[in-house]
Amino acid sequence: MQMYRGLFRKPKNTLEKRDGTADRSRPKIADDAYLKCPDCDQVLYSQDVKDHMDVCPECGHHFKMSVRRRLDLIVDPGTFTELDYEAMAPEGRESKKSNPIGFPGYEQKLSAAKKRSGEEEGVFCGLGKIGGWETGIFIMDPDFMMGSMGTAVGERITCLFEYALKKRLPVVGYTVSGGARMQEGILSLMQMAKVSGAVKRHSDAGLLYVVVLTDPTTGGVTASFAMEGDIILAEPKALIGFAGPRVIEQTILQKLPEGFQRAELLLEKGFVDDIVDRKRQKSYLKNLLELHSGKITI
Amino acid sequence: METEKLKAYKRVEAARSKGRPTGRDYIDNLISNFTEFHGDRRFGEDKAIITGIGKLKNLPVTVIAMDKGHTTKEKIAKNFGSPHPEGYRKALRQMKLAEKFGRPVLCIVDTSGAYPGIGAEERGQGLAIAENLMEMMTLKTPVISLFIGEGGSGGALALAVADRIFMMENAVYSVISPEGCASILWKDAKRMKEAAECLKLTAKDLKELGVAEKVIPEPEDFKVGSRNEKRVYYLLEDLLYEEFMWARKRPMEQLLEERYQRFRKF
Repeated sequence: MQMYRGLFRKPKNTLEKRDGTADRSRPKIADDAYLKCPDCDQVLYSQDVKDHMDVCPECGHHFKMSVRRRLDLIVDPGTFTELDYEAMAPEGRESKKSNPIGFPGYEQKLSAAKKRSGEEEGVFCGLGKIGGWETGIFIMDPDFMMGSMGTAVGERITCLFEYALKKRLPVVGYTVSGGARMQEGILSLMQMAKVSGAVKRHSDAGLLYVVVLTDPTTGGVTASFAMEGDIILAEPKALIGFAGPRVIEQTILQKLPEGFQRAELLLEKGFVDDIVDRKRQKSYLKNLLELHSGKITI
Repeated sequence: METEKLKAYKRVEAARSKGRPTGRDYIDNLISNFTEFHGDRRFGEDKAIITGIGKLKNLPVTVIAMDKGHTTKEKIAKNFGSPHPEGYRKALRQMKLAEKFGRPVLCIVDTSGAYPGIGAEERGQGLAIAENLMEMMTLKTPVISLFIGEGGSGGALALAVADRIFMMENAVYSVISPEGCASILWKDAKRMKEAAECLKLTAKDLKELGVAEKVIPEPEDFKVGSRNEKRVYYLLEDLLYEEFMWARKRPMEQLLEERYQRFRKF
């Protein structure tokens, strides 16, 4: 019998030996070299996904995107400066406590989030140019406690709107958030009112605010500045809602229909202006900024 | 220590307790000639929020009151005090009328939260709340919010971007319910007493944090028809009246700047 083994097929490669004692040790593949698309189940080469702006090349699924990658995607290279939040705080304001209501275990969670994301807080705010147009920009961070909004996040975004108002600049914002950060209790809730106040002043001065809702945008962020844009855009299939799907299911005791709270349904129901995929976002925003610039360009 | 730990949750229980005066009871006792108005002019009428006009002493005011109801039938009709977007839009419509006619606004807050349901989501619950936050911030008339029971997160805040927040002694106001907090953080909703303590949600805590200006003392066992119930309303009537009269004398620009700064400080 031994002599017939391997007779009817060719060895696939040199590692697989003819005599059936194939070398089973496998070449080393980095854990993050491949990933699976949650939408179409395709196994994808990570670099491919990266090259496609973190979008699945097979089905167009938009993966979560880090703050810095998003910044590179929409802001003209070399034009971004982060706001100096400390210097911008109103006079007489005490410096922020990291754990304002003394919530047990919050410090550890914060430092873990800082380590994991490499950022200091859940949102990145600054000034930059989009297609040549000077703009105030905020981008929320999906890697920092799920973009949850605490006092620091609220303060940064408020500072941005106040600064943009002073400089008469438009604001472009990207939201991703699980909602208010419960470890900061009622003070997180107050951020919703605080940011809304700053957005209102910016708006009343005739300035443009464009917001792009990304997956997922929920809770206190949806119930405040995510829904306060003059123009509200969404990424394809982004989950957007006030209550999370699990909370709704537990309340009404039934399964939610397919596609519920997705960007496409919100478009149908009239709550977002347009769905814009990542590849079109920069040129789309540039066009909006140009149309609102008050300048006549030929 | 153990009894200390239970304190905050005791207040939560009191805030939710049966027989506690609802928004309707406060209207009946504080406001004369009350006339109720219905509907948001967009979609429908939300019975979880009562809106209308009447007099506080001799002062015409707009009242926006969440109402949980007392009987089971009432509670069902009022969706247990959880408003839909049309409730918030009705409230905003009345606030705009108050602004137009120079009436101060009294908001009475008592809700476990804005309703998390399919219809509510499809009609823009988040948007309805967001619009209230924005519009109330620059509403050109004095606004006082009185918390009488539960103050459930964004659903409560949507009627609480005010110049003053008054809280009944056993009212609570929180970003999340103690049960919700415990189940997310510790995967165990039964640890709600601990969570209630951590969240700093009692009237006293909120006053210390600067979220509320006044805590209104309650008699023991504060229920509809209880012995000292009316005393609370007499006290409230004076306090609210005084505050509105004071606010009416402020130049509008100053009032709005102070309202902005009231929230800016957090």
